[in-house]
Amino acid sequence: MVKILSRSIREYKLPSILSPVFVAVEVFLEVLIPMICSDLINFLQGDTFGVHGFSLVGVSTGIQVSDLGDGLGYVFAYAGILIAMAALSLTFGILSGRACAKASAGFAKNLRKDLYYKIQDFSFGNIDTYSTSSLVTRLTTDVTNVQNAYMMIIRIAVRSPLMFIAALALAFTKSWFIALIYLGVAIVLVVLMALIPMRAMKIFHRVFKKYDNMNLRVQEDVRGARVVKAFVREDHEIEKFNRASDDIRDDFTKAETILALNSPIIYFAIYGIILTVCAFATVMIVDTDSAFVQATGSLQVGDLTALVQYATMILMSMIMLIMVFVMITMSVESGRRIVEVLTTESDLVSPENGRKEVATGDVEFDNVNFSYAGDVNKLALRNVNLKIKAGETVGILGGTGSSKSSLVQLIPRLYDTTTGSVKVGGVDVREYDLDALRSDVAMVLQKNVLFSGTIKENIRWGKPDATDEEIVAACKLAQADEFISSFPDGYDTYIEQGGTNVSGGQRQRLCIARALIANPKIIIFDDSTSAVDTKTDALIRKSMAESLPNATKIIIAQRVASVEEADKILVLDGGEIVAEGTHDELMRSSDIYRDIYNIQNKKEDDGNA
Amino acid sequence: MPENGKKETVPEGAPDGLPGRKTLKAMNKERKKNMPKDKSLGRVLGYMFKNYRARFIIVVICIVITAVVSAMSSIVLQILISNYIQPALEGTGDLSGLPGFITVCAAIFLVGVAANATYNIIMARIGQGTLDIIRKDMFRKMQTLPISYFDTHQSGDIMSLYTNDVDTLRQLITQTVPQLINSGVMLLASVVIMIYYSLWLLLVVIAGVFVMLLAVRHIAGSSVRYFIVQQNTLGKVNGYIEESMHGQKVIKVFCHEKQAKADFDERNDALCDAATAANTYGNILMPVLGNIGNILYVLLAIIGSLMIVLGGVNVGFISLIDPNAGMISIIIGFLTIVRSFTQSIATVSQQINFIAQAGAGARRIFNMMDTPPEEDNGYVELVYANKAEDGTVTESDHYTGIWAWKHPHKAEGTVTYHELIGDIEMHDVDFAYVPGKTVLHDITLYAKPGQKVAFVGATGAGKTTITNLINRFYDIEDGKIRYDGININKIKKPDLRNSLGMVLQETNLFTGTIMENIRYGNLEATDEEVIAAAKLANAHDFIMRLPDGYNTMLESDGANLSQGQRQLISIARTACENAPVLILDEATSSIDTRTEALVQRGMDKLMEGRTVFVIAHRLSTVRNSDVIMVLDHGRIIERGTHEQLLEKKGTYYHLYTGAFELE
Repeated sequence: MVKILSRSIREYKLPSILSPVFVAVEVFLEVLIPMICSDLINFLQGDTFGVHGFSLVGVSTGIQVSDLGDGLGYVFAYAGILIAMAALSLTFGILSGRACAKASAGFAKNLRKDLYYKIQDFSFGNIDTYSTSSLVTRLTTDVTNVQNAYMMIIRIAVRSPLMFIAALALAFTKSWFIALIYLGVAIVLVVLMALIPMRAMKIFHRVFKKYDNMNLRVQEDVRGARVVKAFVREDHEIEKFNRASDDIRDDFTKAETILALNSPIIYFAIYGIILTVCAFATVMIVDTDSAFVQATGSLQVGDLTALVQYATMILMSMIMLIMVFVMITMSVESGRRIVEVLTTESDLVSPENGRKEVATGDVEFDNVNFSYAGDVNKLALRNVNLKIKAGETVGILGGTGSSKSSLVQLIPRLYDTTTGSVKVGGVDVREYDLDALRSDVAMVLQKNVLFSGTIKENIRWGKPDATDEEIVAACKLAQADEFISSFPDGYDTYIEQGGTNVSGGQRQRLCIARALIANPKIIIFDDSTSAVDTKTDALIRKSMAESLPNATKIIIAQRVASVEEADKILVLDGGEIVAEGTHDELMRSSDIYRDIYNIQNKKEDDGNA
Repeated sequence: MPENGKKETVPEGAPDGLPGRKTLKAMNKERKKNMPKDKSLGRVLGYMFKNYRARFIIVVICIVITAVVSAMSSIVLQILISNYIQPALEGTGDLSGLPGFITVCAAIFLVGVAANATYNIIMARIGQGTLDIIRKDMFRKMQTLPISYFDTHQSGDIMSLYTNDVDTLRQLITQTVPQLINSGVMLLASVVIMIYYSLWLLLVVIAGVFVMLLAVRHIAGSSVRYFIVQQNTLGKVNGYIEESMHGQKVIKVFCHEKQAKADFDERNDALCDAATAANTYGNILMPVLGNIGNILYVLLAIIGSLMIVLGGVNVGFISLIDPNAGMISIIIGFLTIVRSFTQSIATVSQQINFIAQAGAGARRIFNMMDTPPEEDNGYVELVYANKAEDGTVTESDHYTGIWAWKHPHKAEGTVTYHELIGDIEMHDVDFAYVPGKTVLHDITLYAKPGQKVAFVGATGAGKTTITNLINRFYDIEDGKIRYDGININKIKKPDLRNSLGMVLQETNLFTGTIMENIRYGNLEATDEEVIAAAKLANAHDFIMRLPDGYNTMLESDGANLSQGQRQLISIARTACENAPVLILDEATSSIDTRTEALVQRGMDKLMEGRTVFVIAHRLSTVRNSDVIMVLDHGRIIERGTHEQLLEKKGTYYHLYTGAFELE
């Protein structure tokens, strides 16, 4: 997983390396400062004989003065060194902060880009395996999580262990005995502190599920606001929500109560260490002759101040390390989900040197079997054989689940057949360059989507270089020109995300215009006029027949009226073509067709009755 | 001291909840001009104070104890050196008092740890409890909002109030508030101790703190600013991602991948820039503060040393403690206290981002909560009733199959009962969603009890709008609607809606079993009644074919069912409600024709004996209506029975025959 994710670092390798290097320098300086300070204090204090020795990092330089008044120069020397170190530490702190920000933001950018590009290359089949919302989460929340983890890794995760080791090492130079105490306490603390988040994490895991549950309540209530109000079920909803909210409160309180122990434990450790060090160090400073101090070594007052500071540094770095560890483990799941997308190979690729030209609008299905899962036992389409000549209009009828959409989606090769072949213009669709094939096979999907942008921009999707005249022409064909012109901004009307500011019927007509503008050889309507009234529906079909006489038109519809005048009507049932023919033929031969027709046109019954 | 301490600890930008602080109020007023969020944060804190006053006081006391003990821990070293080590080294004392001193310290520290544990545990409860109360309040409030709120806000935006925005409050209440109080007390205690030690050195510290504050102002200010930029760009990128993931199949059909990639890159690069800037400032805040602290620390050491070396400074003048205690111990004590002092400043400044986020979150939450609720001035109630043979109607305490309107007359102090018969009249009704943009004009119609009234017309003609007025999802601008002779404005909204059964085009089922979903129509329905309703709607057969029958769990709006099955359940739900008047809004539009025939039979049974309003796209489904209204641009342009309208050869005729026009 790390290997795949790290491929996205690319041009941000340098800051990714610089960041920990700068951090290391910063830590080094930061740890040395108390050391020099303790030298200074030791110098001021002098030894028991009143001799003030000038030493650096605990190492004596051999220079000694017996009267502090003469040591003023040395005090300034300490001052110079200390200020220079603090200034350097500041510089490196800023440098590392910047490098880290650059590296992590850049990494996230590349990761998002890689994911997005990958998804663009997904086939319909790939898209189906992920839900839309899960793809969105991967691109947004998951990337942010990984970005934060990365920032932690190249900065804090370097800083804390370094700080721990350096502070402990320097504490050892002051007193191995006290340093050992630190080590002991640190180990105990790590164990305690690691147990707490582990227990809390378990509960958090549960809480997240309950969170989903609460979100679901809100979502259902908001989406179904009309239902709730119509049935006057506000109190019922409040009750459901309160239960969900209480659930969260109870579990969260449990988890946070466990986490609440963190802070007192840390304080307990810090206080304990301060007192222990004070007690032992006092003896080690004062009682230099005792057997205990003989064994452990003696100390000076300045050393005590340094040791106390190292105690804080060691404990704090431990705490940070545990925090980082928890945060990184939380992002592992996100990383896994990202890698899942990155390693998905598109199961449908454009052939190299594929045909760039679609000769005609002929369509042929040859013994086609198709299953979404590629499983021959779960066929969505069975034994489909079909020939459509260029310029023909073909209607497809059938109940929900009869695989009408599956059938037409094979034509622009949105899916590959499981067995058998689909030919367009006499050539197997798998031999075409995908872009070439799809720009000549226009399809209006059942799930119509417009994108935020002006109407013009939306229509241009079908043909990026379309002139304004072409756009108007296409909209006229789709019977959309009239309502577009009635908008104050006309063709520059801005379509909100999801096309919410136009009605369902208008949306469908815009989608049709978008498909027609490219002047395709084959046009497929997948139930694309369901929200358009019958008259407009008829007008669209009429204008298409007039303006695009050579294009093959394949129309999936619920209304018999929409397909009645087609050259050929297919009736699908359970993934099979159960009837095929013109309206008149089918009225005679197909029970299903006649059934549908009669239900929709009770007028006939009236006539008979 | 605690009094003063509190003043220090008032969180930045949040003090509205604390009354009686003149200076802060004055500051607030000024801030309010550019930061209106102050009030929202104050309200959030108000929730906490109101519901957990006693516990919060305990928390504050415990935090003060914790902070004071923590500040005291930094003078242990000084006392140790000046009272034990120095005298022992100089031969003027010994270590006999040391164990006692350590014991006292240990005792004090234990109190501190105990206080720390206490406030953290109580705070976990207060925090979660407060969030729970806020969430419930939000939801309860949301239930009272008019349908226009839901029509004008995206469900995603509303959802994020409960997730993202409440989350920012969690951080504020459980982390920021205690930390600010803690750091405030720490700062104050540190200052007191420093005054006690040495005024001269304190001046150095104050100078250092001044520099720190400047740095914080600059860095944290920029950080917040860039953070907001980052959130905005992130919002844009997320919006783009969401849109393009939803339209991914369209992108592929139109071979739009290249353009999509380019558009994405543009936004993604902008986000990268914004994130780099925001994180840079975020990342350097701590090192800058820490190292200013270091420099301060070094300066103090140097100045202190000079004082000793020069020896000429009158220690007694600059320090309140025993001048004999020795300058070294003072410096050492000072150095430790300065550490904790700068640490506290760093902690406070780190919280600025959280406060900014919580402010924005709280503002959005209260925006929703401050939306005016749906008004209901109705006083006529719907009650179960008995009908005597002479036609007099009396109230009953249980279901009888007969309902009555209970109409109190204030002037006379009497109550009259009318039987609910389902007679609805509209007189000259005008309506506009947005003032000035009238969408319905002069609608007048009569629906006699048991009649079926159909609305026909193009999308946007105003069909659904009319039904929205009958159940008062929206209120009319002009004209009158009468229900059994009563102006519907006089009827209590819940009672009005209970008397109207609705089936909507969007099914909107709820997570739960099928049984529960059908029972949504009538929470008191028995299992038998639910099954009877399902049978009426022709849903029983398919439900029985499901592996778990009526106990089948529906997930996310019934995604595990087909569209037609969902619609059948929603019809069964309305059947279960058994309301005397029905509104069917395109109830069968998304079902294929053969399933529709099945549903239609169920609906026909449901409609028997009730007043029904039907909206349908397929004219075949409204043909047997008693009256058909043809709507166009908000006006009724034709009305009559199917036959009358056909004879008229007007719009209806054209609509109806439109499909056959090309034959």
